[in-house]
Amino acid sequence: MKAMSTAKFSLTAVAIGALVMAFAHWFHVDYLFFASYTILQFIVLATAWNILGGYCGYVNFGSAAFFALGAYSSVALIKFDAEIDAWFPEGAANVLHHIFPLPIPVLILFGALVSGVVGFGMGYLTLRLRGSFFAIATLAMAVVLQTLIVNWDFVGGSRGAYIIRPDNLEFAGIEINYIEYLFALMLLLAVIALTTARVIERSQLGFGFATIRDDELAAEACGVPTLRLKLIATTLSGAFMGMAGAPFPYYIGYLQPASAFGLEYAVNSIAMPMIGGTTSWIGPLVGAILLGSAQQYATVTISSAVNLLIVGLMLVAFVIIAPNGLIGLVQERLRRKQS
Amino acid sequence: MAAMPVQARMDISFDLLINAIVAGLLLGGFYAAVTAGVSISFGMLDIVNIAHPGFIILGSYIAYFVNINYGVDPIVVSIIMLPIFFALGAFVYQVYYLSFERRGQESLRGLAFFFGLLFVTEVTLILVFGVDYRYVEASYIGPSLHFGIVDLPLRMLVPCLTALGLFAAIELFITHTFTGRAIMAVSQDQLALQLMAVDPIRIKRIAFGISIATAAVAGALLIIIQPVEPSVGREYIGRVFAICVLGGLGSMPGTLIAALLLGVVESLTATFYGPSWAPAVAFGFLLLTLAFRPAGLLGR
Amino acid sequence: MTALLHVDNISKRFGGFVALDGIELEVEPGERLGLIGPNGSGKSTLVNCICGTLQNESGSVRFDGQVMDGLAAHERTHRGVARSFQLPRPFHSMTLADNLRIPLLYTVHARMGPLRSAGDLDARCHDLLEMVGLAKKAKRMPRDLTQVEMRKLELARAMAAEPKLLIADESMAGLSHSEIEDILTLLVRLSERGITIILIEHIMSAVMSFSQRLAVLVSGKKIADGKPEDVVRDPEVVRAYLGQ
Repeated sequence: MKAMSTAKFSLTAVAIGALVMAFAHWFHVDYLFFASYTILQFIVLATAWNILGGYCGYVNFGSAAFFALGAYSSVALIKFDAEIDAWFPEGAANVLHHIFPLPIPVLILFGALVSGVVGFGMGYLTLRLRGSFFAIATLAMAVVLQTLIVNWDFVGGSRGAYIIRPDNLEFAGIEINYIEYLFALMLLLAVIALTTARVIERSQLGFGFATIRDDELAAEACGVPTLRLKLIATTLSGAFMGMAGAPFPYYIGYLQPASAFGLEYAVNSIAMPMIGGTTSWIGPLVGAILLGSAQQYATVTISSAVNLLIVGLMLVAFVIIAPNGLIGLVQERLRRKQS
Repeated sequence: MAAMPVQARMDISFDLLINAIVAGLLLGGFYAAVTAGVSISFGMLDIVNIAHPGFIILGSYIAYFVNINYGVDPIVVSIIMLPIFFALGAFVYQVYYLSFERRGQESLRGLAFFFGLLFVTEVTLILVFGVDYRYVEASYIGPSLHFGIVDLPLRMLVPCLTALGLFAAIELFITHTFTGRAIMAVSQDQLALQLMAVDPIRIKRIAFGISIATAAVAGALLIIIQPVEPSVGREYIGRVFAICVLGGLGSMPGTLIAALLLGVVESLTATFYGPSWAPAVAFGFLLLTLAFRPAGLLGR
Repeated sequence: MTALLHVDNISKRFGGFVALDGIELEVEPGERLGLIGPNGSGKSTLVNCICGTLQNESGSVRFDGQVMDGLAAHERTHRGVARSFQLPRPFHSMTLADNLRIPLLYTVHARMGPLRSAGDLDARCHDLLEMVGLAKKAKRMPRDLTQVEMRKLELARAMAAEPKLLIADESMAGLSHSEIEDILTLLVRLSERGITIILIEHIMSAVMSFSQRLAVLVSGKKIADGKPEDVVRDPEVVRAYLGQ
């Protein structure tokens, strides 16, 4: 699999993405866009989780928090836009009005920044401890952040925040349906996330990550700067989750802490890579598409609680029976055929 | 409030303060019992069982079910459930051991396993009982004892005393029986235990079984203290691990002190800043402890 | 001549248990030091404190003129301290060749800059595996190795870091007589290249033939330090370790 260079890979991915977009645009069914958006979001989340969890072996239970931070940093910036006239003198307000409201790509960058910094900070506090302590700390951080947001009235607190989604976006004279715009952005994010994961995997960095996962003590003895690498992984992972969360307020229209910090984000960002396979970028992709689609179907036909139950059961089953996920099973079969 | 004379205001505040502290101590006693199980599984066996609060909530719902349908006192229900929860714990440990510990992959996959269990438990309870708050009925829920300005609601006092009793029983078991001491030994030196012809796996299985058995009692006590719904378990993850780490892993006296401390701080926070801040206290404690003093107050 | 390694009165305790009690040790550049002592005497703890896996509570460790206290293990490896683990700790998801590539990439390159191309790296891995007799298994995984082969891999991986000081922690346990000879020849060859070696072993014949100097650790204290033939006749050493 050494053949494809990174440039070729990302172009192929973008091409596939463009095809998907064209298909969706042709058969204009809004629901398909919404469902696919959710799956793309999970591709980003699962890939992001896997950088720290699958490659380095450090479990993050707080994915929902990084996701929500991205969402709420967008909300804060959107709300800020509404308060400019109230808070600033006329001169400054005029300047600010040219910058705000910020376009979504900028919001995405802010989401990456906020979640990346929090990821780094949390990593700095806890990564010198054992892996299990780090995992518990991520849980703790998620609850602390949720409590802070619930008590922060500026972004709506527990009452939630309404975000008005425009119908269309004007771009180079063309009017693009806003939902399709969100979809395109998330598609681009997914391509970037997958490309990044693939690049890491094949680089010296990914090699170093693998030693941390295999035997951290031996890695240190070989000269691998484990703390530095772990911090890189945590920051990248957090940043991508924040990026996935940034457009979410526009997508959902009404954002509540309970939904942003929802359990389905935590469980899916773990279940999808673990069921798909944690050792490669393909695993989270496969896991996200399969599990994501199954859940979309189940939510509509059965109920959302049952589908979460199935995800949980599958996670437990796969972790016990097929620790290397679906990709691992395929690799096993290929290896057995060779020998 | 501004119209009241200063002295009266101070009396009310003092009144509030004392009662908040007392409530915190009662709560802390309960927290100690909740944490005793994790003190064994995490402190001694080094197993990060984050599903423990899930088992507690399961215990709460079983106590609720029997109490509402048959009128049995919840604490009595939990005592009947002890052997069943013990067996459940032994079974879960066996699966954990065969799937992860033996293969040396406990970190990532073990955590995912327990997280999955926690999740499955919570969602199953939602499916069976729904998301409404449930509570039990017993003769001691309602009345309070009064000592001057101090109120002792029986609904908190009875669980606290039961919790301390459970805690003392476990401490005695650990220090005075052969199996108990073997459990302490297995946490320190598995090889030495094997040389004494004791099967460390069997000891660990018993220990984990006891750990889950305590969840049965903790669950019954929980639903006496407060109404319960399936997601309450997740709040307790932070509390339980915060107490464990703060108290020093595996140290029972440390766990008790940390539990009381946490109970009081939480109670004061809820009283003076509002209950919506209470969950952050435990988790904040945990983060600070992990960051600055991971060995805990009385670290081993 | 200043010592390459200076262990200056270091102590380490685990709770109430004193693992190291005021250890003083000096190793000259190019020297071959043997370190012996009963199980549990603190030999591995001493190694861990020198290498940075553990931090000593008092005293200091100086290497090549620099104080190492507070430095992480990987930084000490960069400065030239390498060790093999008593219980082999290979990277089990990688081939043998890749196991050796890690110290090459992260230590040798870190120290000197990437002087080597991918082809050179492969060649170097092959040479190292050749030295320990594992060249044919370069593409295999650690789980396919015998215990003995894993020990050799441990040693090769430590050598891959191109250290100034190599600490070999019981790498010969369970080896046959000829295999011990192979390892000894290898270590002597390294020593002739100027690498300082600390050999921790229970196999007295190997220790005696290899060491220029012998130190004995018992219950966390150093009870002897001198020429091998003198040390083995020391009555205290005989009583505490050699027996009879």
